[in-house]
Amino acid sequence: MIAEIALAILWLAAALAVLQLGLGSYALTARGAEFLRAVRPIAVVQGLLVATAFALLIVLFLRTDLSVKLVAANSHSLKPLIYKIAGAWGNHEGSMLLWVTVMGLAGGFVALLERRLNERTMVATLAGQAFVSLGFYAFMLFSSNPFERLNPAPVEGNGLNPLLQDPGLAFHPPTLYIGYVGLSIAFSFAVGALITRDVGPAFARAMRPWVMGAWIFLTLGITAGSWWAYYELGWGGWWFWDPVENASLMPWLAATALLHSVSVLATRGALKAWTVMLAVVAFSMSMVGTFLVRSGILTSVHAFAVDPERGSFILTLLAIYIGGALALFGLRASTVTEGARFHLFSREGSLVMNNVLLVGILGIVLMGTLYPLVTEAFGTKVSVGPPYFNPVSAIFVFPMLVIMAAGPLMRWRQDNGRKLANLLAVPALVAAATLALAVVFAGDIGVLPLLGLVFAAGLAVASLLPLWKRNLRRTPAHIWGMVIAHFGIAVALAGMASESAFNTERLVASEIGQSHTVGPWTIELQGVRPIAGANWTALEARLVARYGDSNVQTVLNPQARMFASPPTATSEAALLTRWNGQLYAVLGEEGDDGRWQLRLWWKPFVPLIWYGGLLIGLGGVLSLVGRTARDLRRKGEPELEPTSEPAAPRPASGGQEALA
Amino acid sequence: MKAKHQRLVLICIALVGLVAAGLIAAYALRDQASYFYTPGDIAEKGVEPGQAIRLGGMVQKGSVRKQADGVTIDFIVEDGKGTVPVRFTGITPDLFVEGSGVVAEGRMDKAGFFVADNLLAKHDENYVPREMRDMTKADVKKLGGTVQQP
Repeated sequence: MIAEIALAILWLAAALAVLQLGLGSYALTARGAEFLRAVRPIAVVQGLLVATAFALLIVLFLRTDLSVKLVAANSHSLKPLIYKIAGAWGNHEGSMLLWVTVMGLAGGFVALLERRLNERTMVATLAGQAFVSLGFYAFMLFSSNPFERLNPAPVEGNGLNPLLQDPGLAFHPPTLYIGYVGLSIAFSFAVGALITRDVGPAFARAMRPWVMGAWIFLTLGITAGSWWAYYELGWGGWWFWDPVENASLMPWLAATALLHSVSVLATRGALKAWTVMLAVVAFSMSMVGTFLVRSGILTSVHAFAVDPERGSFILTLLAIYIGGALALFGLRASTVTEGARFHLFSREGSLVMNNVLLVGILGIVLMGTLYPLVTEAFGTKVSVGPPYFNPVSAIFVFPMLVIMAAGPLMRWRQDNGRKLANLLAVPALVAAATLALAVVFAGDIGVLPLLGLVFAAGLAVASLLPLWKRNLRRTPAHIWGMVIAHFGIAVALAGMASESAFNTERLVASEIGQSHTVGPWTIELQGVRPIAGANWTALEARLVARYGDSNVQTVLNPQARMFASPPTATSEAALLTRWNGQLYAVLGEEGDDGRWQLRLWWKPFVPLIWYGGLLIGLGGVLSLVGRTARDLRRKGEPELEPTSEPAAPRPASGGQEALA
Repeated sequence: MKAKHQRLVLICIALVGLVAAGLIAAYALRDQASYFYTPGDIAEKGVEPGQAIRLGGMVQKGSVRKQADGVTIDFIVEDGKGTVPVRFTGITPDLFVEGSGVVAEGRMDKAGFFVADNLLAKHDENYVPREMRDMTKADVKKLGGTVQQP
């Protein structure tokens, strides 16, 4: 029953999206103005309905209702509770439902909360959001219905891919999805503002918190994904330039650029067309990423042919939405009025440069990700990995870091450079000192890690300089947010550089009782024993680790796990974190002579990568909260917000007419 | 600076940045992309020793030999048109078995050995390295291999 009700609710939500689009478009015409008031409530209800459908899917997974095809294919009655819930979105159909849920909720929240925007632009935005949602509703309802029944119902489910049975999964994909799909609202704002020719600071201020919110989720999602890959795959790496990872990085790069340009537009009224363009690009990257991941074109070009429906459906949506938005942009770009002027050597100028560099990096990642697809179409199989991505993106990353250090210290409109040169002398000295130390003490660590350490040190200092000579208690939250986020970049970069510069690795076949050294550690293999978990069995090693001359012993338990359903083997690495790095141990197989394979890494300062990611996210949160609080305070003083005044009398009359 | 003039300068900067990114990327891709070879390709065309490539084929039955250090294995990859000896040091993927498909990342050494840095085998029920899907269709049957279909 639940599945049928949920499906009916989903159809109803889709019908409301049609209404939201139709009524919204009509309301924008000369005759339809009386319907303007009706669009917001529709958007709210649509969001609630689709969220209900998603909640019901989770209920089906919680009850392990095996008569539902999706549950039977992805769940198992013996699975721990958290993975039953996570199973709801750990598959194609469920994740598509999550997608429309996030879109619906984003539209609903905007309709409910955003009161600063011109009402016509708001209605155009909501209509745009409904238009985008509809494509994905259609995709689900016609080609991947999550509530499809299975008759007869199987006795037991297939289980969830064991690699995904990890607390990381419960958190990581929904976080990324909220980020991905949250960008849709920026896209809709841009489309709405183009339609009503309303691209200006008010539009930017309305859009900014939503872009910031989506960006925070993307940042945290990527950080969590990298951490998950690091400890779950057991390969000791934290970023593989895997197409799926790139699919999440590309929207983040675009959203980061958008975040900065939307700030310029909100504060200074400049970069109008560029901001609109970035909003379109950012969500396009979300869709390209989804297409790459969902169509299966990544794993194999032939999987695309195996399931042409899925891939070509998303590709069609991609063409309609991106093509449509670009066409609209082309038509209306000339009507976007000239923004405020500024000198190139200014805060705005540095933000433009950073935007260009970010988009350049985006282009490099996009080309590297798509290149294998293109060559395969011509019959040549290639793969593109770190030897391409690392050095090529570095060409753009390092200049960007310099501008990141300098930009926040520059004045708006025009900077004369004198104060800037004095301020930047400090980080430059720190960077130079780091360079000297690294060259003298670290030896040959490679060019990129060396540059990484040097730039991280310089940026760490430079990112704090905007607080120089400020009253810290009176510094607004969004300034703190910027400082913390930029500092977070320096922290993450230091972790990345340190990992590749100072990583030590041992690979041994060890007898029981034998000791090995890796970096400053001495590690003894004391034994291997079988253990059993809820739905797996494992061989677990007992390793005792000592740091340097210390007598403190720490036990590590890496496992080789065998899952029963579906039958899969995974390797569970054991991690030991110290303030100055992480010890990482993986258990391999037993040889004929009774020796066990062990792979041990000592990774100095590697956790900084994820601490940095968290700091970047925290900076975003501070900025979002600070700005929202300030906006709310200003709401109490209507004379500062003249735009909110004319909107107030309208509800009464508009509502009555709509009822009549 | 005049308004139009400024817009033009900004557009130029953006274009120069993007075109530069594109050109650098295109140039680097030609150098850095690692090509996929089968043993037959190597027998036919040959590969420069030291160049990073991916080698894909079937692990010949009975060819896997573990070395005395306990962590190095040698085996032979074949595709019906040729064979290549491979050496790999590390923990093999769980689904690395004789008579099954494998993709090895690494390079040929001067002695004609393929030195693998990394072995990719099926690591979950849905994932197959891109290049292996082709082989599952025709070549596997020819070789009497037992690759599970995804």
